Amino acid sequence: MVARTVLHDADITRALRRIAHEVLESRRGDGRLVFLGIPTRGATLALRIQQIVDEIEPGVSSAGSLDITLYRDDLARTPTRTPAPTRIPAGGIDDAIVVLVDDVLYSGRTIRAALDALVDHGRPRVVRLAVLVDRGHRELPIRADFVGKNLPSSTSERVSVRLTEVDGNDEVTIE
Amino acid sequence: MIQHLLSTRDLDREAAIRILDVAEDMAQTADREVRKLPPLRGKTVVNLFFEDSTRTRLSFESAAKRLSADVITFSAKGSSVSKGESLKDTAQTLAAMGADAIVVRHHDSGAAHQLAHAGWIDAAIINAGDGTHEHPTQALLDAFTMRSRRHGADSRGRGLDGLRVAIVGDILHSRVARSNVWLLTTLGAEVHVVAPRTLLPHGIEHWPVTVHEHLDDALAAAPGAVMMLRIQTERMRDAFFPSSREYAREWGLTAERMTQLGPDTMVMHPGPMNRGLEISSAAADSSASTVLDQVTNGVSIRMAVLYLLVAGSSETADSTGGER
Amino acid sequence: MTGILIRGASSLGEHTDDIRIRDGVIIARGSLTAELGERVIDAAGLIALPGLVDLHTHLREPGGEASETVLTGTRAAAAGGFTAVHAMANTSPVADTAGVVEQVQRLGERHGYATVRPIGAVTVGLAGEQLAEIGAMARSTAAVRVFSDDGFCVHDPLIMRRALEYVATFDGVVAQHAQEPRLTQGAQMNEGALSGELGLAGWPAVAEEAIIARDVLLAQHVGARLHICHVSTAGSVEVVRWAKARGIAVTAEATPHHLLLTEDLARGYDARFKVNPPLRRDEDVLALRAALADGTIDIVATDHAPHPTEAKECTWAEAAFGMVGLESALSIVQRTMVDTGLLEWRGVARVLSTTPAEIGRVPGYAEPLEVGSPAHLTLIDASSERTWSVADLRGRSQNSPFVGETLPGRVVHTLHRGVSTVLDAELVDAETVAAAHEAVTRG
Repeated sequence: MVARTVLHDADITRALRRIAHEVLESRRGDGRLVFLGIPTRGATLALRIQQIVDEIEPGVSSAGSLDITLYRDDLARTPTRTPAPTRIPAGGIDDAIVVLVDDVLYSGRTIRAALDALVDHGRPRVVRLAVLVDRGHRELPIRADFVGKNLPSSTSERVSVRLTEVDGNDEVTIE
Repeated sequence: MIQHLLSTRDLDREAAIRILDVAEDMAQTADREVRKLPPLRGKTVVNLFFEDSTRTRLSFESAAKRLSADVITFSAKGSSVSKGESLKDTAQTLAAMGADAIVVRHHDSGAAHQLAHAGWIDAAIINAGDGTHEHPTQALLDAFTMRSRRHGADSRGRGLDGLRVAIVGDILHSRVARSNVWLLTTLGAEVHVVAPRTLLPHGIEHWPVTVHEHLDDALAAAPGAVMMLRIQTERMRDAFFPSSREYAREWGLTAERMTQLGPDTMVMHPGPMNRGLEISSAAADSSASTVLDQVTNGVSIRMAVLYLLVAGSSETADSTGGER
Repeated sequence: MTGILIRGASSLGEHTDDIRIRDGVIIARGSLTAELGERVIDAAGLIALPGLVDLHTHLREPGGEASETVLTGTRAAAAGGFTAVHAMANTSPVADTAGVVEQVQRLGERHGYATVRPIGAVTVGLAGEQLAEIGAMARSTAAVRVFSDDGFCVHDPLIMRRALEYVATFDGVVAQHAQEPRLTQGAQMNEGALSGELGLAGWPAVAEEAIIARDVLLAQHVGARLHICHVSTAGSVEVVRWAKARGIAVTAEATPHHLLLTEDLARGYDARFKVNPPLRRDEDVLALRAALADGTIDIVATDHAPHPTEAKECTWAEAAFGMVGLESALSIVQRTMVDTGLLEWRGVARVLSTTPAEIGRVPGYAEPLEVGSPAHLTLIDASSERTWSVADLRGRSQNSPFVGETLPGRVVHTLHRGVSTVLDAELVDAETVAAAHEAVTRG
């Protein structure tokens, strides 16, 4: 099957900008915003969103990454994966508004693992979820608070997110 | 990834660096609010110690528990293992108990190899020291310590290229020396060994090392790390050297020799130390000493090894992909 | 007793004729016609060799019956083409008195698979301190002529000197296990780069060579015969060659395993390959083969050393030293010496029968296959080949290093004093052999 581009670079930039605004709007009071991306591409997206937020409202946010490899529920069924680094920004996550960021929301299992991992790092005031693409087919009661694009798909299709920092260009395709 | 960790000779550069990198991740968790990680939940790790070694046993126990494994410790002393029951029977007992991994320390060379290959048990075998053969996790933690001291936060993905390491002492009987020689060489370090000729194995000219008989010669080569091995005073009886005093004078890292070291030279020791024999207190307590780092890093390395050998299914491929 | 006619065997692989046996003796050779009632063995395509004589066998009885007995060990011997074995003295009790050697000899006689020649201990309890009653053993019904503390070296030079002198008094020979004990304390394998890598304590070649050098000089000084057990290094070969050139009465043996296997097998820590002396390097193996071909090493002796499974299914350091070898010896000699062109079958007969019998003073082997000689012979199919399994082992123990190896040659018939102990490649049952043997000896 031929890959079809569903988001071009400009679309991605626009989507992230919108998410940044939504996150700020939803922030009540003086909460500290911590964007934690799930490696690899979620971490890149978290950094981008945080930069936009910082331009709009400097000094209220920080970004890091949260590796979920050791918390996956399919660990014993797959070959061993090498974990990616977890970087919690200075100040930690206690009492912060944590926004988990991932590229694609699908079964919801990654996010479940991320919630488990998060608990081991501290106790945020609230946890939100931002994703670039929500392709449906949830297997757990999890939903995203901020979505770049809802993309109806069939389970046989494959959604690929490419980001400049990792892959050389910005693009979301489905095939 | 390999199925067992028996010898550092089984690790190629990529595999060795992968273990060190995962150990970096494990080390990070040490300063989290909750130190425990879940990947070995439901797995059983057996510490099978035929030889007393409290520090190694505690290090492995702590590593396995931090990964949420169930840990069973089998100590040879005072059990059926101590005399009569064979390694085979013990292995089959542990197999029946559903062990997923066995960390084995044994006074005989090759014991870990036999557990892994004799067909008695189908578990991951981790060699925690076998006779005078190898002690791979010690070498890995030593390499990890050297890499951290040298590259700090920028360690990931790196080897030890260009680092000159002098290993000093009872090379003949040291499993730490063997594991380090192979591993450090694989990681690109230049290994020198130093010992009186009585404590060098026959055929050392075939090892990938530079041999020195005098410590001062080795120090003149400006090593980036000096690893002092524990010398056992029983060796005197077997005429390997005449007296502690002579050994300390010729091959000990004395306070005077400390002054010959470069400013960044690390002083390492796998412990436990014989202060005043192979290492002076001046050396052991100096800022160059990595002795305590080595202990701390031991837990991270053992977590990494346990995670890589036990967490996943046995296929060898790696994937970093998440859900799509 | 009916006679046997062996038809069409090739004697020593040289020329084909028929062999007639009656009352345990070869009575005719040539082109013969079967007589009425004579049992005919069709040996077309088979090679006839004299019955093989092993100068170095551990039968383990008395005391080690869990690993071997005189009966099971001589059955293994017969399966390997042997008709005489020398039973080593390291039993429990040690064969250091006339009583023990006579018991062992009697057991062999009763079972009839092979002539059992007990070896007497050189020192009491193999302890290396006080001479055993060598005269009593020599004059016993077992007529002991070979004395050895095998398993231990007679390391005290004064005791060794006395032993050489005293044994010579009774036309005996000391078979020395050449191993300097202090140089081999805790030793586990050949000392070299590999022992260093594997962390197994090294067994230096010099520990063997130094004792051989000392003992050939002692033998020369006192004018006695000396036999060196299981020579394993190229350096030992040089020492023996030098001694022989000086006219010293030294003989030497090599084991089949040292003719084929090398120290590399220790790599997997499989204790089947743990043996004393240890497996050595390629160059040692080649030196042993060359020495056996040129006569520097006189004979092949098996050092058949049975051990129960549990003595080998443990760590290398805990495991017992030794390998069984009676069943496979001839195949290993064929592979290493005959198939390589180093030895003709006549040479095989020399190193596996005539010379060991001569060293051990075993009567009846001086003129192999000749009319008038006792009918000790083995018929082999040299063209056959098989992958060895434990089913090919006929003793009580399974510690063969050759299981899984493809080896040439097969013993099809063995006759001990005209009694078939192996018939059509199968061992004959114990009752039949014992009865037939008794009939022959009663005459």
